[in-house]
Amino acid sequence: MTAVTSPVGATTPGFFKRLWDRWPVKVAIIVIIVLWLIPTIGLLVNSFRVKSITEAEGWWTVFSKPFEFSQWTFDHYASVLNARGFGNAFLNSLAVSIPATVIPITMAAFAAYAFSWMEFRGRQILFVIVVGLLVVPLQMALIPLLKLYTSGEFFGIATPFPHPLNGTYMAVWLAHTGFGLPLAVYLLRNYIGSLPSSIIESARIDGATHFQIFVRLILPLSVPALASFAIFQFLWVWNDFLVALVFLGGTPDVKVLTQALADLNGAYGQFEHVLPAAAFITMALPLAVFFSLQRYFVRGLTAGSVKG
Amino acid sequence: MTEPQGTGTTLERRPDELPEGVGARVGLGALRILAAVAVPLLAFIVLWMTFEWLRDADANRGVIVLVAVLVGVVGVFTLYWAMDFMVNRLPARFRESIRPWVFVGPALVILAIFLAYPAINTIYLSFLDARSEGFIGLENYGFVFTDSGMLRAIRNTLGWIIIVPSISVAVGLGFAVLVDKLRRGEAVAKSIIFLPMAVSFVGASIVWSFIYDFKIFGSQTGLLNGIWAGIGNEPVAWLSQEPFNNLLLMVIMVWLQTGFAMVILSAAIKSVPEEIIEAARIDGASEFQVFWRVVMPSIASTLVVVMTTMVITVLKVFDIVWVLTNGETGTEVIAERMIRWFFRNSHNGRGAAIAVVLFLAIIPVMAINVRRFKAEEQIR
Repeated sequence: MTAVTSPVGATTPGFFKRLWDRWPVKVAIIVIIVLWLIPTIGLLVNSFRVKSITEAEGWWTVFSKPFEFSQWTFDHYASVLNARGFGNAFLNSLAVSIPATVIPITMAAFAAYAFSWMEFRGRQILFVIVVGLLVVPLQMALIPLLKLYTSGEFFGIATPFPHPLNGTYMAVWLAHTGFGLPLAVYLLRNYIGSLPSSIIESARIDGATHFQIFVRLILPLSVPALASFAIFQFLWVWNDFLVALVFLGGTPDVKVLTQALADLNGAYGQFEHVLPAAAFITMALPLAVFFSLQRYFVRGLTAGSVKG
Repeated sequence: MTEPQGTGTTLERRPDELPEGVGARVGLGALRILAAVAVPLLAFIVLWMTFEWLRDADANRGVIVLVAVLVGVVGVFTLYWAMDFMVNRLPARFRESIRPWVFVGPALVILAIFLAYPAINTIYLSFLDARSEGFIGLENYGFVFTDSGMLRAIRNTLGWIIIVPSISVAVGLGFAVLVDKLRRGEAVAKSIIFLPMAVSFVGASIVWSFIYDFKIFGSQTGLLNGIWAGIGNEPVAWLSQEPFNNLLLMVIMVWLQTGFAMVILSAAIKSVPEEIIEAARIDGASEFQVFWRVVMPSIASTLVVVMTTMVITVLKVFDIVWVLTNGETGTEVIAERMIRWFFRNSHNGRGAAIAVVLFLAIIPVMAINVRRFKAEEQIR
């Protein structure tokens, strides 16, 4: 943070610029990183430690005796990975998460484009309502939607809504799509709406249709925004327990990863000591997704499009 | 099997049936609605058939996952394309007024079912009694604004929505700016701040128990007490220290949510055109000036978006409080009260009324947003 103030009123930009480029930035980054890592390191240490030691002493004591090998164990990881139906649950989580990420992004991108660059009545008010829906707590939606899914009941009236939808992947995809859409529309509208209007106007003059502009211009230019939302939506769906439990059920064939891990914990918490290991195993894929999407956070996508 | 084609033919036949002149307006309205409903409907049917096929085929999980991914990735997009294709076949005078509804309609339909409907349902329940049987007027709202636990919850939530978003956004923005200047290691540095977001809810509660834990006997397993005892103090039950414990819970939320602010703001910073920044540097602006005069104005709208999202996320937070203090020792928050009354105490009316208070709390935030949209559209 001290780095911010140092270059003020720099009379010799070369020197201060170099200073700025070097250590203050790195020190600030390292301080934040260390603060953020401390809790996770505790989790990591305990995920590899023998149960009795975890319960008896603090995780930081490990740094005074890292080579005391009797305290280390891979058992927690082994028992999580060998949990009944783990592989199946992993695949189920994928089958839920991938479409439940792609469907809302697609819908939101189209909607965001319309909200930014198309003319229709009620555009502003509809957009405000969409964003306002962000505040609806997921938990309040579960019961009415469950009734709709199981009996087609809408405001207490039977409708021909195709039921029973409950217990299918589609039920969960649609629910996650609904819950993820407001934020997706909001974030993407902010990004797509801020693209230079000259790009869109010149494409219109050249005779491109809205669909062509959307596919050939807007989507490629919005990749950083799409990638960031994709990461979060994937994360929420991947880590979700409640929505999957309510709309998919917990039967062995459709069980998702979070459910498999919750079962591990059992009713009496007798497996509590494997939870740190379980947490790291569930974290692995979202982190891999985050890393692989990093290359889309690039600068200069709109380079050359702004005149002057 | 015939349903998708059926929907298609109705759409194509429609324009011919439309009467000229006045009646056309009615037809136009119908077409708009149809355009909005068609994509979700088609998607629904396709997904449904896929699902039926998968169940009948008794395929193995690998195949199911593959099909699911294909349907998700390719299917939805194809549906939009097909709808646009149909709109192109409409008479020219309808085309451009129908098209926006193909783009925006499907999202609106899904939102109407999955969020607007439950929200209206909640408002309705808030006027009914505990078991949603009798109408009791505003009694639940009377409870919301008089119950001592609720009043503490409102006070605490106010603290949460002021403190957590400001710290998270400040740290997230600072980090995004700093890390942008690194030549190497940006991805790794960002992943570390992002890491807490990937920790599942169960993980997060365990993580922080390793920090805040308090033991009456034996050596401490919580880091905070480890340090506290290490410098010669008696161990403290941190999470029972009013009102300090609220801050300790907020720290967890900051730890979890900063990654969100950082990722979104980082994307915004990277979309600031390089030539503008270079031009400012050539004109002799210091890095500090470049940040405040060039980068900040460019990312202002994203800052508002991130702030709004964070405020709403914080308004809805309940699990941290639920797990770590169970809403005791003065740590109640509104969303935690809502869950407690609705699910634990099975009082639908009170739970719903608390949820409605959450909806109302967002109105000032939305007003700021509306003003910003209008300003943005004018300068475009």
